[in-house]
Amino acid sequence: MSMGECLVNTETKAFQPKIVAFLCNWCSYAGADLAGVGRFQYPATIRTIRVPCSGRINPLYILKAMANGADGVLISGCHPGDCHYMSGNYVARRKFALIDSLLKHVGLEEGRVSFSWVSAAEGVRFAEVVKGVTERVTALGPNKGVFKVEDGGGTND
Amino acid sequence: MTSIIDDIRKTARQLLTEEKVDVVIGYEKGSLPLKATPCFVRSPQDVDKLIWDETCENNLAAFVVKTPGKKAIIAKGCDSRALMVLIQENQIVRDDLYIIGVSCQGVIDQRKIEAETGEIIGATITDGKISVQGIECDKVFNFTEVKDITCQTCRYPNPVLEDVHIGGSIEVLQQATLFADVMVMENKSDSERKAYFKEQMGKCIRCYACRNVCPMCYCQECFVDCNSPKWLTGGVDSAENLLFQTGRALHLAGRCVECGACSRACPQGVDIRALSRKVNKDVKEMYNHESGLTEEVKPALNVYSADDPEAFLVKE
Repeated sequence: MSMGECLVNTETKAFQPKIVAFLCNWCSYAGADLAGVGRFQYPATIRTIRVPCSGRINPLYILKAMANGADGVLISGCHPGDCHYMSGNYVARRKFALIDSLLKHVGLEEGRVSFSWVSAAEGVRFAEVVKGVTERVTALGPNKGVFKVEDGGGTND
Repeated sequence: MTSIIDDIRKTARQLLTEEKVDVVIGYEKGSLPLKATPCFVRSPQDVDKLIWDETCENNLAAFVVKTPGKKAIIAKGCDSRALMVLIQENQIVRDDLYIIGVSCQGVIDQRKIEAETGEIIGATITDGKISVQGIECDKVFNFTEVKDITCQTCRYPNPVLEDVHIGGSIEVLQQATLFADVMVMENKSDSERKAYFKEQMGKCIRCYACRNVCPMCYCQECFVDCNSPKWLTGGVDSAENLLFQTGRALHLAGRCVECGACSRACPQGVDIRALSRKVNKDVKEMYNHESGLTEEVKPALNVYSADDPEAFLVKE
């Protein structure tokens, strides 16, 4: 199945979104791991992409994920002050605030792109964040947004 | 205006004769009426090619990075701000640069003229009056009527960085509200804004003229040209156009000097400023930063503070 198609649960006919999650290696990825180890249930909607630091996230990653048909994007890094590289998430925070504001300005629905800080110790919270994001994206329905490229956006497949 | 150009030529001639610089970057008369074109003067004999009027619309800072050697540049307010950012970003060596500062009244938006006269066949500018010979009709315009929208709200008509100043300086208009145009957009509903940008992006043909004239777009490889990863396809699709324009606006966050060169260069009349102005407003409100004003203040995205706003986070 390509990214452009939307998942529908065959039993309930309910829409199940695909959410791209960019998680920082040191905190949120470990937080997701802890959620798994601790068996905290959360919806299987996210597709995790591990990045070295939230500061590594390029605005184009978010735009391209939307263009290729992701129903939502979740970005999560270390809490400010806890960055493995000292200041990566502080720098990222400025960038994220501008991205969030501009995307809403051009007409992307509120809730499509979510930002969060989850530490390596917050397995339960990670599950809560994913639940929350999934609920909001499910309510919005499949990505028909301003960035969705209809012909698959040159994914070469 | 005539005395300004005499002084510019005199300064340029002197710099070239004394071999203080290898090239003077300025404007010459373009091949189309009301269009000046950037020119590179390398010998004192060619100095008389230089002009200075309301058609000098390019941001010459865009050429500085790519021009080797010692150079002099004729800089308006916005050009000088762009040079300041380029210096901050270590793209140019200050000692290789001689800035001839000229205060700018604003430049002409040809589209406003062409909307009434059709294609411009000929035009002359005398004392703030522009007599245009159009394909449909002839008309005389006041300069203020056809002033570019960027210049109408310009707050830095006087160069912020210069080695010599030519002509007088211009009094800056005090504005009641900054970014009034962005606020109008913000107050519209989500669906209205969405429709507006969809319409605008539908016009874009991704010729990248906006990127090419931009003094801040100096990346060795622009993301639009990169084919691994392939950010954009070759097709024309309004969603992809929006990806390009928002991607570009975000790259310019905290760097854009609001010269408006992108909008003027656009052959399709896309409202490119709407995006960069919004980002500029956010940068000003969130981080109290305006690009290219002093060398000491670092660009907004190069620094951070522990208490930056984070209203954008999820509520969980």
